[in-house]
Amino acid sequence: MTEIWHSLTRAVELIVSLDPGVIEVVGRSLRISGTACLLAALICLPLASVIHFHHFRGKRALTNVIQTLFFVPTVLVGLFVLVLFSRAGPLGDLGLLFTPTVMTIGQMLLIIPLLLGLTISALSGVSKEIVDTATSLGASGFQAGWLVLKEARYAVLAAVLLGFGRAISEVGCAVMVGGNIRGATRVITTVITLEAGKGDLELAIALGVILLLLALIINIVLNRLQQR
Amino acid sequence: MKKILPKMSSIVLIVILLTTVLGCGEQTEPEVLRVATTTSLDDTGLWDYLEPIFEDRYNADLQITARGTGQALELGKSGDVDVVTVHDPLKEAAFIAGNYAAIAENFSAERVTWAYNYFIIVGPEADPAGIGNLTGSLAPQEAFQKIQQEGKANPDTVKFVSRGDESGTHGREKAIWASAGHNYTADVVGDGEADGWYVEAGTGMGATLAMANELMAYTLTDKGTFLAYQGDLDLVPLVDEGDILLNVYAAIICRNGSHYQMANNLVNFLRAPDIQALIAGFGAPEYGEPLFHPWDPEICGLP
Repeated sequence: MTEIWHSLTRAVELIVSLDPGVIEVVGRSLRISGTACLLAALICLPLASVIHFHHFRGKRALTNVIQTLFFVPTVLVGLFVLVLFSRAGPLGDLGLLFTPTVMTIGQMLLIIPLLLGLTISALSGVSKEIVDTATSLGASGFQAGWLVLKEARYAVLAAVLLGFGRAISEVGCAVMVGGNIRGATRVITTVITLEAGKGDLELAIALGVILLLLALIINIVLNRLQQR
Repeated sequence: MKKILPKMSSIVLIVILLTTVLGCGEQTEPEVLRVATTTSLDDTGLWDYLEPIFEDRYNADLQITARGTGQALELGKSGDVDVVTVHDPLKEAAFIAGNYAAIAENFSAERVTWAYNYFIIVGPEADPAGIGNLTGSLAPQEAFQKIQQEGKANPDTVKFVSRGDESGTHGREKAIWASAGHNYTADVVGDGEADGWYVEAGTGMGATLAMANELMAYTLTDKGTFLAYQGDLDLVPLVDEGDILLNVYAAIICRNGSHYQMANNLVNFLRAPDIQALIAGFGAPEYGEPLFHPWDPEICGLP
C-alpha cells in the first residue's frame, strides 16, 4: 500500500514539476492524435455530406458497414498498416514504419468510420426543410451541404471529439506500427504499458492521470456542446 | 433498444454462469504455478514445448508470462510469480542478495542453471559497418565500437536496435558497451539517440529482431530466438565469438511466491535427464541446429 501511495505522490510531482519526459510523451501523443483527428475530419465531413445528400443503391449497406467499423479492434488496424508499410509491403519503400507519421495514419484510419458514421447521423438530424428552402432560393449543392454542416455543427464537433478520444487512448495500433521507440514513437498509452511492465509505476500513473484529465476535458466540452 | 438490453445482459449472464459451471468438471484441481520467463525462452517456443510435459507429470497448471529478465525479477520480488527463468547473472545475484530467492531443495542453492547458448550480433547482409570479418575473443567489443563510429558518421545506413527493456539481453548489451570503453548512458543512449543511429525498442526479442529487420539495423540477440525467427528475417549472424557472448539460463524460486513444493518440482524437472535430452534436441529438426545446449557444469557452473 505504501508503494502505491509513494507512486501516486511521485506521479503528482512529475506532473506538477512539468517533468521533461512526461511533457515529451504527452506532447507527442497530442500531436499524433490531433493530426490524425484533423485529417480524418477533413476527409469525413465532405464525404459524409456527399453520402448524406445522394441516394444510391447500397446506401443502407454502406451505412451498416461504416457503423460496424466503429468497433474495429485497434490491433486489426495496426496489423493492416503494418503489412502495408512493412519493408516487404506495398508501401515499404517510403520507409515510414516506426515513425510518428505512420502512427498518425493508423489512428486516422481507425477513427474515420466513427467520424463518418457520426457525421452522417448528425446531418440526418437537420430538418429537411432547411435544405429545401436553401435550394429553392438558388443554393448550389455545395452551398446546401455547407449550410447543413453548419446547422449540425455541435453534433459534428462532438463526433470529432469522440474520434480524438478514441485515437489518443488506443494502444494496439500505436505499439504495432510505432514500435514504442524511445525518443521517437513513445506515446502516453505505450509508455504506460512499458513502464507498468517494468514495474516502474510512477511514470505510468502520472501519464494515466494525464490521460484521464484529457478525457475529462473532452467530456466537459462534449457536454457543453450537447446542451446547446 | 431499451427492451433488448436487459434481455441481452441476461443471456450473457447465463452463458458466463454455464461456462463457469462446466469448467469446474475436472476431478482433481491442478495446482497453479506461476512462472515469469525471459522472452527468449518463450519466443523460441521452448516453454510451449515443455509446459504440457510438466503439467502432465505433476498435475500442475503452469501459467507462464514472458517478460524481460528485469521485469521477470520484479514480478518475482513482489511474489506475483513463484519461479523465474532468466539469463542475467548480475541481476540474478542482486535478486538473491536482496533475499528474494528461496533455496531449491535438491540443489542447496538459489540459482540453478539448466541450459545455455550464445548471444550473437546480427545485422544486414550488406554489413555497412564492416563487422563481419572481426575475429578473436574481443570481437564483440570491437564490433560495437565500429557500429558506434560508423553509426555516428552515417546514421541513415548504420543503425543499432537495442532491446531497451532491462532484459537479460539488454543487460549483456550494456556490458559489451562498457567493456568496449563506452559510457552507456552518455555515449550510447544520449549521443546515439540524438544522432539517430541508436534505437531503443523497449520490447521483446522477437519484436526487436523484426524491428531491426525493418530498419536494416544491427542488434544483439540470443542465438535461439534468432534461429527461430531466421526464416522471416533478412538479417545474418555477423559476430558469434567472444567470451562475453555466453548466455546461461537459470531458474530461481521466489521467496515471496507460493507453491514452494511445486516450484521445486519445476526446478528438478528442468534438470531431469530426460528433459535435458529434450532441450538438447529442441529445434534441431526445424532450424538445422538445436536452439539451446543442455546444462554443462564446465560452462554454466555449479549447481
